[in-house]
Amino acid sequence: MSRVTRAEYCVIACAEAWRGEGEILASPMGPIPSAGARLARRTFAPDLLLTDGEAMLVDVDGTVEGWLPYRQHLALVTGGRRHVMMGASQIDRFGNQNISCVGDWARPRRQLLGVRGAPVNTLNNRTSYWIPRHSPRVFVERVDMVCGVGYDRAARHPATARFHDVRRVVSDLGVFDFATPDRSMRLASLHPGVTVEEVRAATGFELTVPGEVPATREPTPRELRLIREVIDPEGIREREVPDRVAEGGGR
Amino acid sequence: MRDKTMTADEVVSRLESGMTLGIGGWGSRRKPMALVRALLRSRITDLTVVSYGGPDVGMLAAVGRIRRLVSAFATLDSIPLEPHYRAAREAGALELAEVDEAMLMWGLRAAANRLPFLPVRAGVGSDVLRVNPGLRTVTSPYGEGWPFSDGQPAAEPGRPGRSVGEATGTGAGPSPGAGARESGGQEEFVAMPALRLDAALVHVNRADRRGNGRYLGPDPYFDDLFCEAADAAYVSCERIVDTAELTKEAAPQTLLIKRHTVTGVVEAPNGAHFTSCAPDHERDEAFQRHYATTAWPEFAERFLTGDEHAYQSAVQAWHRERS
Repeated sequence: MSRVTRAEYCVIACAEAWRGEGEILASPMGPIPSAGARLARRTFAPDLLLTDGEAMLVDVDGTVEGWLPYRQHLALVTGGRRHVMMGASQIDRFGNQNISCVGDWARPRRQLLGVRGAPVNTLNNRTSYWIPRHSPRVFVERVDMVCGVGYDRAARHPATARFHDVRRVVSDLGVFDFATPDRSMRLASLHPGVTVEEVRAATGFELTVPGEVPATREPTPRELRLIREVIDPEGIREREVPDRVAEGGGR
Repeated sequence: MRDKTMTADEVVSRLESGMTLGIGGWGSRRKPMALVRALLRSRITDLTVVSYGGPDVGMLAAVGRIRRLVSAFATLDSIPLEPHYRAAREAGALELAEVDEAMLMWGLRAAANRLPFLPVRAGVGSDVLRVNPGLRTVTSPYGEGWPFSDGQPAAEPGRPGRSVGEATGTGAGPSPGAGARESGGQEEFVAMPALRLDAALVHVNRADRRGNGRYLGPDPYFDDLFCEAADAAYVSCERIVDTAELTKEAAPQTLLIKRHTVTGVVEAPNGAHFTSCAPDHERDEAFQRHYATTAWPEFAERFLTGDEHAYQSAVQAWHRERS
C-alpha cells in the first residue's frame, strides 16, 4: 500500500468521532465526513445508522433498512440519538459556528447557507465539525452569526443546553477538542506531516496546545483498503483535501 | 362533491399583495413551481414568504416580490446557494426572519394546532434570537417531578411552582449575551410563534378533484402541515385522477393531503420543474445549472414571458439545442 494521504488521515479522524456511539444516527456533511461515517460503520461502530442523504436509512451497501423523512429526522434530533458532523464557514475558540453569512447580518457581505438546523442540532444532539481548509478566516476570534452554539454560550443556559455536547473539530491539519478548564479549543492531534507552528499560523485565535501533541492515528491496512477500494474508489476525498505532503508540505 | 379544480392563474387571482404565503417542498425538491411561475406573471407583491427555500424563493426574490422571508435557508441542493436569494440578501433587498429548520416546523405546527406558540429547544444561545428581536422565550412551568402524582404542580424542592403566565413574563425580551437568565434548573425555550398563512402552495404527484393529494416520492416534506396552517391551500399535481384511482393500491400513508384543508386543485404536469418530483421526474440538473448561471433578465426573457405551456416548450427547446 502506498503512503497514507492527508485526506485519508482526515477520513480516520472523522470516523473516530463516531467511535463508541452505539445505535444512533451518524449525520456527516461533506465527502470526507461521509467517508468517515461509512468507515466507522463498517469497522468499529457497526450499530450506527446512516442515511442516503434523503429520506432513507441505508446499510453500507445501500440496502434500505428504514425511512427517515425530514419530519422524523427533526424529531430524532430533539430525541438526541444522533451525532452530526457539520461544516463551518467560521468557528471560534469556544466552538460557536457560523454557516449563515459573512459580515453584518442585516446586509451581509457574503450570504452563505443560512442557519439551517445548527441551532437545534447543537442544543440537542452531539455535534462535531469538519473544516477542509484550516485558515485564520475560518478559525476566527468571533463569528459573525452564531448558528451552532459553543461552550461559552451554552454555559449561560445550563438547563436549556443540558444536552449540548460539541465533541471535536476535524480540519485538514489536525483534530481539536474542548478538553480544557474553560472549554476553549485545544489541539488534540496533528495529522502526520503538520507542525504546531503551521496550525498556530492558520488559527485566528489563541489555541491551547498541550506539551506533547499526539499524531492522528494511522489507518489499519484493512481501513486503508476499505477507504481506497470500497468507500471512495473514485478518490473524491483527494479533491476535497489535496495531498500537500506530496506537493512538498506547508502552504 | 365539490370540484375544486382550477387553473394556476385562477389560484393567483385569489391571492393578494401583502399576504403571508407558505410554499411547500424543500430546497430544490417538489416545489410548486408552476404556481410560482403564475405568481411571477401577476402583479402580486409585498409578500411574506414562509418556505424551506429553493428556487421558489430565488425567483420571487429576483423580481422583488418578497418583502419578508421566514426561512432557515435557500438552496438548490446540488448547488448549495440559491443565487438570486443570495444576491437579494447581499443587496439588502428583503427582510429576513432567519429561523432554524426545527423552529420553522414548530411555527407551522403551532398554526395548524391553533396555538399562539410552541416551545422549542432551539435558538437559545444562538444569534437567531439576536436577529429576531421579537422572539420570546418561555420557562418550563414543571420541575423534575411527574405532574400528576399529588395534585400539586410539580416543583423542585424548595422552589414554588410557577404559572406559565409568570414564566412567559420572565422570559420576555431575550438577549443571548445577557448572561445567566435561567433561574436554577428551569429550562427556557424559544416560544416559536405560530406561522399562520393566508395561503399555502404545494405540489404533489397525484390529486383528485376534491383536493385529496398523494405523494409518491421519498419524503412528504411538510406539505400537509403547510396546508393545515393556511386559511386557503392550493395543491398542484402532476396528474388529477379519480378518487378511486387515487386510493387504489395506495399505501394509506401516501395520502398526504386531506381535502378539508384544500381550496383549489391544479393539474400541472411537470409542474415542479426544474425541482425534483420523484418518481414522476427527477431534478433537471442541467436546466437548474443554466438557471443558476444565467443573468436573471436573460433567463426571464427566454423562459418566463409566456404562460406555463410556453415555459415548458421553451425548456424543451433549450434541451434540444444542447443535444
